Amino acid sequence: MSGEEFVPLSLTPMLIGVLAAVACALPGNFLVLRKQALIGDAISHVVLPGIVVAFLITGVVAAAPMMLGAAGAALVSVVMIEAIRRLGNIEPGAAMGLTFTTLFAAGVLLLEQSDTSSVHLDVEHALYGNLESLIWLDAVGWSSLLDPLALAGLPPELGRVVIALIGVIGFLSLFWRPLVVSTFDESFAQAVGIATNRLGVALVMVAALAAVAAFDAVGSIIVIAMFICPPAAARLMTNRLEHQVAWSVVFAVLSAVLGYVFAGYGPLWLGFDNAVSAAGMIATVSGLILALAACFAPHRHRSGAPAV
Amino acid sequence: MFWTALTLQLGYNATLVTIGATLLGIAAGVTGTFLYLRKRALVSDAISHATLPGVGIAFMLMVMLGGDGRALPGLLLGAAVSSWIGLLCVSWLTRFTRLSEDAAIGAVLSVFFGFGIVLLTVIQTMGAGRAAGLEGFLLGSTAGMLFNDALVIAGGGALTLLAVLILRRPMTLLAFDPEYAASRGVNVGRMDLAIMALALAVTVIGLKVVGLILIVAMLIIPPVTARFWTERTDHMVLISGLCGGLAAWVGASLSAVAPAMPTGPIIVLSSFGLFILSLLLAPNRGVLAVYLRHVRFQRRVHMRQGLLALAQGQPIYEAFTVRLLKRAGLAHADGVPTDDGRARAAKALRDEKRWELVRADQAFESAAALYDGLRDIETVLTGDQISEIDQRIGGPQGVTS
Repeated sequence: MSGEEFVPLSLTPMLIGVLAAVACALPGNFLVLRKQALIGDAISHVVLPGIVVAFLITGVVAAAPMMLGAAGAALVSVVMIEAIRRLGNIEPGAAMGLTFTTLFAAGVLLLEQSDTSSVHLDVEHALYGNLESLIWLDAVGWSSLLDPLALAGLPPELGRVVIALIGVIGFLSLFWRPLVVSTFDESFAQAVGIATNRLGVALVMVAALAAVAAFDAVGSIIVIAMFICPPAAARLMTNRLEHQVAWSVVFAVLSAVLGYVFAGYGPLWLGFDNAVSAAGMIATVSGLILALAACFAPHRHRSGAPAV
Repeated sequence: MFWTALTLQLGYNATLVTIGATLLGIAAGVTGTFLYLRKRALVSDAISHATLPGVGIAFMLMVMLGGDGRALPGLLLGAAVSSWIGLLCVSWLTRFTRLSEDAAIGAVLSVFFGFGIVLLTVIQTMGAGRAAGLEGFLLGSTAGMLFNDALVIAGGGALTLLAVLILRRPMTLLAFDPEYAASRGVNVGRMDLAIMALALAVTVIGLKVVGLILIVAMLIIPPVTARFWTERTDHMVLISGLCGGLAAWVGASLSAVAPAMPTGPIIVLSSFGLFILSLLLAPNRGVLAVYLRHVRFQRRVHMRQGLLALAQGQPIYEAFTVRLLKRAGLAHADGVPTDDGRARAAKALRDEKRWELVRADQAFESAAALYDGLRDIETVLTGDQISEIDQRIGGPQGVTS
């Protein structure tokens, strides 16, 4: 395929998909290790009511208020889960399920009741995203990458995902040691003076940041899939955290690129003439990678368990 | 209008849908109780999301075979098969790899759901317009439901309920003590599978009404609500079924009145309303009850300490204690005891001395174990025992010069 076709139509969606996948997979490593994988699930559900409330308050579909609204919703859900768990003495899984379904239901209802027909905001969009539509119309070919005029026409989602990714990387590198210590041995972390509770909340908030930025571009399916599948597959590849993080990034990039290519060109190869959902395909590919890892990865068994 | 819907007077179909949803709500509440007690509430999340590819494939197969792609029984069958596969994936991942259950659940739900979305986009491009109904499975819609569909839902709900009634004994046993259940001859693995199968049945039947994203709530919220009201499993099952049924009934009625409102969210929110009420008001486990208990306890501690201080002639600086004593007519505002207060204080001091002897004496071991600094000694020992202790303490003695 030539540059004239690839750069405007496929480069930016693919890039956004890759960046969003990596931004989610990085904090996902810690969520999976801390057995909080489903927090990612919960966050990606509550992003919807956050965005809807932000829209209802401001009346515009703009990036900043929506990011704030979604982050606020993530915070509300974390507080709500914790409150229900403590006040009602309810097991965490049930408290989580209760919280995110309720908030999601409230979001859907608000969305249906308010007049959002004029703007691009609906439940389907929230679920699938619109990766395919994030095209770069100003580009004419590879040369556009050096053309400031054309670069100004890049989809704004790209900038947001880049910022989110920088935020995630910044947080992880700044708090790497405390995070690692508190993930593997919480009481030791407390003993050496790490505020584990606050660190836990901060991790969730960073995950929420990644979720919001990714959600904006690619919808909530990718968010859940990328939080869990690449880190889970990476966990089966190695016993070292640094390597696991590296593997998870590789898997995330692989899922995003392959998923996008299969969604865009797979049906053409099979003789159909319409593309399928890229977000769904990326999630599917990440699942296939996890399945392969679960069958063949070197460290797939629990340590100590006999290799069957 | 809402009232006519609640009392089932809004036409034949609406009535049928409401009854079907209510039966489904009851079945979900009852089934969810066992899921919750087994601490596997979120497995239902994986089950529900994993139905989507099945729905898509069933639709495509039915269209390919020349039938109507939207025939509900076929779609539900497809949903059941694919969510069963999802369930097997979760248990396989947890058992044979090092991944924990939550990671397995998250992976399965997101991948199956993503694949389902891919299939939906395929369907959109192949069948012209006929796929329109499939989005309804995401959030649920009872609008435009056919008579046969309502019949399937009502019948399925009733059958699930029946199955739960038959299996409730072994399931209760399993939820509390798997080893004991195994020793009584319950096949634990198969029973666990049965609980999951029931949850799966509820999920699949509820797809059309509540939608696959929110059906989880019908399995989770009613049991959590019911847990506040009782400590007994059989009661919990009943209350949970009641809550589920009530929420579904109100939700279905509301959405019969306003067809634009999706049924699922309304049912979930009514269910959540019941939960909040229970969280606040339930006796014993509710927030209000716990708070009142705390306040009462605090008062007893302050009262006791205040009386002991009065008896020993120590000044009381704690404002709350003084206020309590004054309100009870035992002390003046400046902390000086009234006659009544002096008497009660002397009694408190004597009780303290009695406890001291009781706790020092091996013979009173069982009574001493109940000492917590607040318990009245009369509630623990008989009058005879107390007078025996009093003899050991002896009466007031003069000071010899």
